[in-house]
Amino acid sequence: MSELSGLEIRQLRVSFDGFTAVDGVDLDVRPGDLRFLIGPNGAGKTTLVDAVTGLVKAEGSVLFGGDELLGRSVHNIARSGIGRTFQTATVFEELTVLQNLDIAAGAGRGMLTMLRRRKGVPESVGRALETVGLAELADSPAGTLAHGQKQWLEIGMLLVQDVRLLLLDEPVAGMSHDERQATGELLERISEDRTVVVIEHDMDFMRSFARSVSVLHAGKVLSEGTVTEVQADPKVQAVYLGHAAVQDAELILAEPEA
Amino acid sequence: MTEPTAPKGTTVVAEWVVKSPVLKGCSARAAAGFAAAAVALFALAPLALSDFRLGLLAKYLCTAMVAVGICLAWGRGGLLTLGQGVFFGLGGYAMAMHLKIADAGPGNLPDFMQLYGTATELPWWWRPFENPLFALAATVLLPMAVAAILGSFIFRRRVKGAYFAILSQALTAAFAIWLIGQQATTGGTNGLTDIQGFFGYDLNDPVNQRMVYFVIAAALLLLIALARQLIHSRYGELLVAVRDSEERVRFLGYNPANVKLVAYVVAAGMAGLAGALFVPAVGIISPAMIGIVPSIEFVIGAAVGGRASLVGAVLGAVGVAWAKTALSEEFPAAWTYFQGLLFIVALAFLPGGLASLVGIVRRRRAARAGGEPSPALPLGEAA
Repeated sequence: MSELSGLEIRQLRVSFDGFTAVDGVDLDVRPGDLRFLIGPNGAGKTTLVDAVTGLVKAEGSVLFGGDELLGRSVHNIARSGIGRTFQTATVFEELTVLQNLDIAAGAGRGMLTMLRRRKGVPESVGRALETVGLAELADSPAGTLAHGQKQWLEIGMLLVQDVRLLLLDEPVAGMSHDERQATGELLERISEDRTVVVIEHDMDFMRSFARSVSVLHAGKVLSEGTVTEVQADPKVQAVYLGHAAVQDAELILAEPEA
Repeated sequence: MTEPTAPKGTTVVAEWVVKSPVLKGCSARAAAGFAAAAVALFALAPLALSDFRLGLLAKYLCTAMVAVGICLAWGRGGLLTLGQGVFFGLGGYAMAMHLKIADAGPGNLPDFMQLYGTATELPWWWRPFENPLFALAATVLLPMAVAAILGSFIFRRRVKGAYFAILSQALTAAFAIWLIGQQATTGGTNGLTDIQGFFGYDLNDPVNQRMVYFVIAAALLLLIALARQLIHSRYGELLVAVRDSEERVRFLGYNPANVKLVAYVVAAGMAGLAGALFVPAVGIISPAMIGIVPSIEFVIGAAVGGRASLVGAVLGAVGVAWAKTALSEEFPAAWTYFQGLLFIVALAFLPGGLASLVGIVRRRRAARAGGEPSPALPLGEAA
């Protein structure tokens, strides 16, 4: 497994036609963290991830394992070990689960391998199938999967891609309680030797699984720390968590996070 | 290790692959299909058809060769190649230029140059085509090179969908117009006509016409085998992935522009070879055969038969070309309308073409038998 790397964002700015979506963000995610990015709609969370993965142009600096990411193409950044998912699961619906994973494993494949039929799949594909719990469905077309299973398939694709940084955009949206729990446990396991950043609106999910939290508001980092620290921050309570925050904080203290 | 209870590598995984309905039985069916096609093309058709009809079939098979490329680029890659006429034309003209030079004999200019031109010797860009090997290689490599240059601009700039189709059409129109404008060196509207010989064989001899038919039939089977290999390879899967979700593929670390470029270039090479073999079969190549209308006709055949299925695209191309001859013999004016109608009906009501009927019927039957409906095979229909 590749060594752990952290993410170091300095003075990141993204503007669209005069509107500044991300406004001078500094963010450090230490290697092996399970970081949650929270914040109200329009806070710039997804745009931040877009900037890191090369989808939108940005100013400032984004270092991953010491390498500058800004100014590079999307597929180039992906090849240096950074993977992401989207709010709506995008898997290749007409291909099977196995084929989806096999494609994710193959960005570095040579011409000859590409032009031949698939005889077997890399070991990492088999492991990922087990890890995300889709081994039984390996030959089903991805289009027939349930919503939650598609999200897991996407995470599996990131695993076989052997990314060192996973950027997940609302991975548990639309999932049942059990599916959320399974996803959270999956993320905990994954973050043992990879760095994981999760954008999430689900506060219960965040409280159960976050190792650290950054709160974004209007394109800036409002607060950062553990769940307890962030919830205790009066600025966060004011803009985001509202009146329920005090009670929430008590809840957290009562049952320490996993 | 993050992943607990990891199965021991590929041995376990190989079972999944073997179980996979996509691959099982695929090769056996394909071998049988190839055998049947070979018998039909090499034994039945020459016995059953008159020389005239066999000549027409040779022409249809050239259309089918273009359709094989369209199946790959459009059916699998989502590139609506409405401009295959350019590549068909490049291949056709490359072949015809050599044959015209050979017909004229050493030291003489091709007939039309003597008629329209003022030049006393071959233009510089005709001269390499005196060499038969250069000309043969150019029929395939020239279209591929042009496609590679065009494609790398088009796909890097992320031109897609309707814009790609319109651009292809515009290029076809430009190429045809350019050819018409160069009467002294390309024969203009007439094209390169009245081709007599094919590498030393007299094309007026029915035996040699038959030989040309066999060459075309063999080339078609070869292209089908090549396309089938591509479709069932890892590249083929990646191509479908790019067609369905280009952005996602980019985030996996591939450059989708390159993936599409390969399909576009291969399809162009196939169209070039088709154009090259069309020339000895028909004896002429002209701007009217490579312009906008023929380019659309190439696509219609594939669409009606089933663009994602090789068998469908090939049979569709032959069927539509045959229908064109049959109907335009009877009702010359009605064909164009009928063709337009066919295209619209196929795309609106049967986007998978006639080939998708097989899958629909099979699923219905399975449902009626009370069994589980067989899932739509993602790649299975391409057999």
